[in-house]
Amino acid sequence: MTNREAMLEKLESLDAEHAKAVAGGGQKYVERHHARGKLLARERIELLIDEGSPFLELSPLAGWGSDFAVGASLVTGIGVVEGVECLITANDPTVKGGASNPYTLRKSFRAAQIAEENDLPTINLVESGGADLPTQKDIFIPGGRTFRNLTRASAGRRPTIALVFGNSTAGGAYIPGMSDYVVMVRNRAKVFLGGPPLVKMATGEESDDESLGGAEMHARTSGLADYLAEDEYDALRLGRRIVARLNRERVSGETFAEPDADPEELLDLIPADLKEPFDPREVIRRLVDGRGPGNEQVFDEFKPLYGPSLVTGWARLHGHQIGILANAQGVLFSEESQKATQFIQLANQIDCPLLFLHNTTGYMVGADYEQRGIIKHGSMMINAVSNSTVPHLTVIMGASYGAGNYGMNGRAYDPRFLFTWPSAKSAVMGPAQLAGVMSIVSRASAASKGQPFDEEADAQMRAYVEQMVEEQSLPYVLSGLVYDDGVIDPRDTRTVLGICLSVIARQPIRGTQSWGVFRP
Amino acid sequence: MTITRLLVANRGEIASRVFRTCRRLGIETVAVHSDADACLPYVREADHAVRLPGDAPAESYLRADLLVEAAERAGADAVHPGYGFLSESAEFARAVEAAGLTWIGPAPGSIEAMGSKIEAKAIMKRAGVPVLEAPPDPTEADLPLLVKASAGGGGRGMRVVRVLADLEPEIAAAKAEAASAFGDGTVFVEPYVEHSRHVEVQVVGDGHGGVLVLGERDCSTQRRHQKVVEESPAPLLPDATRTALHDAARRAAAAIGYRGAGTVEFLYDPEGDRFWFLEMNTRLQVEHPVTEAVFGVDLVELQLAVAERGVMPDVSHGSPLASQGHAIEVRLYAEDPAAGYQPQSGTLAAFEISTGSITEAGAGIRVDAGYETGSEVSTFYDAMLAKVIAHAPSREQAVRMLAATLRRARIHGVVTNRDQLVRILGSEEFRAGAVSTDLLADGSLAVAEGPADPAAPRAAAIALAETTRRPGFPVAWRNVTSQPQRTRFEGDVVVEWYGTRTGYRVEGNDVIAVVPTGSTDEWRVTLETDGVRTTYDVAIRGRRGAETVDVDSPLGHTALRRVPRFTDPAEATKPGSLLAPMPGTVVAVHAEPGADVTAGQALVVLEAMKMQHTVSAPTDGVLTQVDVRPGIQVAAGEVLAVVSTGTGSTDEGEA
Repeated sequence: MTNREAMLEKLESLDAEHAKAVAGGGQKYVERHHARGKLLARERIELLIDEGSPFLELSPLAGWGSDFAVGASLVTGIGVVEGVECLITANDPTVKGGASNPYTLRKSFRAAQIAEENDLPTINLVESGGADLPTQKDIFIPGGRTFRNLTRASAGRRPTIALVFGNSTAGGAYIPGMSDYVVMVRNRAKVFLGGPPLVKMATGEESDDESLGGAEMHARTSGLADYLAEDEYDALRLGRRIVARLNRERVSGETFAEPDADPEELLDLIPADLKEPFDPREVIRRLVDGRGPGNEQVFDEFKPLYGPSLVTGWARLHGHQIGILANAQGVLFSEESQKATQFIQLANQIDCPLLFLHNTTGYMVGADYEQRGIIKHGSMMINAVSNSTVPHLTVIMGASYGAGNYGMNGRAYDPRFLFTWPSAKSAVMGPAQLAGVMSIVSRASAASKGQPFDEEADAQMRAYVEQMVEEQSLPYVLSGLVYDDGVIDPRDTRTVLGICLSVIARQPIRGTQSWGVFRP
Repeated sequence: MTITRLLVANRGEIASRVFRTCRRLGIETVAVHSDADACLPYVREADHAVRLPGDAPAESYLRADLLVEAAERAGADAVHPGYGFLSESAEFARAVEAAGLTWIGPAPGSIEAMGSKIEAKAIMKRAGVPVLEAPPDPTEADLPLLVKASAGGGGRGMRVVRVLADLEPEIAAAKAEAASAFGDGTVFVEPYVEHSRHVEVQVVGDGHGGVLVLGERDCSTQRRHQKVVEESPAPLLPDATRTALHDAARRAAAAIGYRGAGTVEFLYDPEGDRFWFLEMNTRLQVEHPVTEAVFGVDLVELQLAVAERGVMPDVSHGSPLASQGHAIEVRLYAEDPAAGYQPQSGTLAAFEISTGSITEAGAGIRVDAGYETGSEVSTFYDAMLAKVIAHAPSREQAVRMLAATLRRARIHGVVTNRDQLVRILGSEEFRAGAVSTDLLADGSLAVAEGPADPAAPRAAAIALAETTRRPGFPVAWRNVTSQPQRTRFEGDVVVEWYGTRTGYRVEGNDVIAVVPTGSTDEWRVTLETDGVRTTYDVAIRGRRGAETVDVDSPLGHTALRRVPRFTDPAEATKPGSLLAPMPGTVVAVHAEPGADVTAGQALVVLEAMKMQHTVSAPTDGVLTQVDVRPGIQVAAGEVLAVVSTGTGSTDEGEA
């Protein structure tokens, strides 16, 4: 099988997983929703965003591998509305009425974090039955943060807009309640703290949905709705008009050269077997701006002769200068760590965003390396990554094992955005290595106790662990846990990073001069 | 008397056409123009121009006094009347001559004699030319009959009567229409010849009995008695009949000592191979270019020569005049054949008709246009935009060349009869030469038969998508694809497409390329179907989201109107709204607000282009709103009134 065939197979599988998220609650519920004259979450988004504009869906595989539907009954993403980049979320009412589960929370918190870090207005397309009650213990307490996020976004001058298409009751009522602008759809929106049965129980009062929380009532009487929409289309139109008047800068139409090499060839480049290294310069050439005025060389490599297992250098992507750190031979040695540290410091000195391209098996082990201070040097790199204040972007192309994941700006190091290729694998170490280590440890343990070692059981254990770790290190698993912002087609990487950099460029970039103490 | 400076008391293409000959002959030119016409090309083409204040013909081109005054002020020594307007007004001819100016046309007496169809028939009958006459008291056996206005022209005021009981009311209606249109309510009745052809003979007289006959033209292809396609020579005409027609025309012109260019019109019955005199037009005809093409003469030059010197110039250069090849003219009108030929107005966003390159002897395209790209088309005057004339060695070649030229023409912004012309030229009947005044009667050629090229909306959607491109990003890029993008056009045309990493994916075609051609609003889209590539030129204009898109391809033109994704409910048209079908003046409102109305009941009457259009109630209901009153001008699409069905309106809020 060629590299391309192997990658295409993985991409086909990715499409199938994405299709599960798109299918929402399945054909029956989608049809019922349509029959009620309602639009699906993604249909609403398609109408909300500017025609022809790109839409970067975030965390589409959230909930993958869990008991909950892939996508976690919520769609989130970055889209352009009236020329303004916005963070958009939309409940998927075909999945259990759009109820929130623990993965929904993770996904929505991640979206809120992206809006906060990148100064984006938020548009929430609301239609949710509230909490998925069987999981209430997991979401009730942390879920409160949803509302805190909304008002803190408002305080941070990041406007919040709620377009209410349907149910938004009980706790959900605070979503419009905490939003800066509220649009409700006539005869559809239902926003109250307690519905007729609860009111009857609490006070004995007879009431109905409309008087408690109808769009018309909120627009004319309570004032919770700022705009009364005739229908869903009208709500989306009003949402667009609100954004048009946010007095925000519109996205630029600057032009730049396309890559010198065809991104399509990325599929040939990534080896089917990650044991086989590949030259990240070939990847970089297919991601960054091509030669053109002001960009006479596409990649200015820094320290090319030192620490050759990590490639560092400067390039432009969609006109934005970036510094790139890319693993070349998998292993990080002391030299690579020192080189990375210096390069991160340089990027901070010149306020330049950094892009990390992972294909690492981790920091080198062995007596020689330990004695030469690999821990100090790895720490130095992690120190630099942790304290750097320029925006970081991470793409996991292949392996991302051990502390290499940390040093190369894994999820725990809060890159602004982190995307994964279908070829990626992340774990504390390789599956075979991990199983082998466990085997060696148990063999030693048996030996020290003087017990006989069960070779057959050991073989079984190794096979089991190897398979389990292999499965757990697949990108879907980590994506399902919202440990990345999505699994992407390598050929889309330039576009994805272009959107990220466009969003990042909205705010001034300030590098730091203060670092943790570097051990020399 | 030598003409040095000539005023054309007309507008548009005929003014341009007369100016062309004048320029070639070294004669200075003067244009007159109404306010609406101030920016038309003919005004610029003239050496001098005189404004006639106002828009309506009655204020401008029909004002003999102002025209003579304009000629005097501009120092003109001759007046060419063109066709229509005052071209057949003896009174105007006399006023011109009284002012000491040369009148390019026949003697006022000839105009008068031929102007009354009743008198003309009498003269022709005396000269031995066959005429059509109905008995004074027609019976069932004389049906069908045709009621015509004596002073009429261009088919106005003509009515066919097939039931005897209809005769009196039709005469009354024709009288009323003739009185309002021509200021003369005289009408007459003649037998109506079914499946007849309209054949006319071009003559030029020297005023002393000398008559040059320049062949005949067949003008049978008509819609509502208005000529649409004209050709010379007339197809499928026995030689003996042809000769007889020419002789009859010669006798007719000689009988009145005719001076200048004129046309003797005959009704020809192909079944019986008989013809009758219809009328004589004492002017240059719209369709004169086909005669010019096949005879290689300049009729305006002949008109000027006769007017200047009173003798017929030698146009035959010694050898007998002979018709060469075949010429066909089509009249391109700003009108909608699919909507009862309603006149159309607007800005011609593009108006380009290629004359191509003339590679063979005797083959070529001539375009006589009154408009150009950017011109405003009003409904004050005749709706003809241009004449396109093809001349080729054979009729077949001329038909093909003309159809191709029309198909490839870029005409944007105003609905025209172009497609209908292409269909006429492509129809079997026409190709066979079986022309008749009935060709367009059943309306089958008014609308396209099959669906239009389905690829045209796709090309439009892709070009529209391309206008939304943010540099560096694939259009409508999605990392998770959930649905196609939808571009909606009026008429329930929806194009579903996907943005891809490198371009577009649309069902039915491979999108090969979309490139801008000059401005950002014009694109060239190349689509491939089954390995065959076709290029579409797409021009976009109008407000973003509600654009008008014109697609031109070798397969023809498609005009599309984008349906906006959203409508502000405050701007939406209420259900039951009656919209003005065309720009015009409200002449009557037949019901008060609050009145109960029944489906089909006439509510508002509009007048446009001297035609009255009635807007009726679409359903039974209550007239809830009337927005107009008699006398006011309305634009096409304006709301005239609202009829509510009375029940089932509970879901209507107080928007």
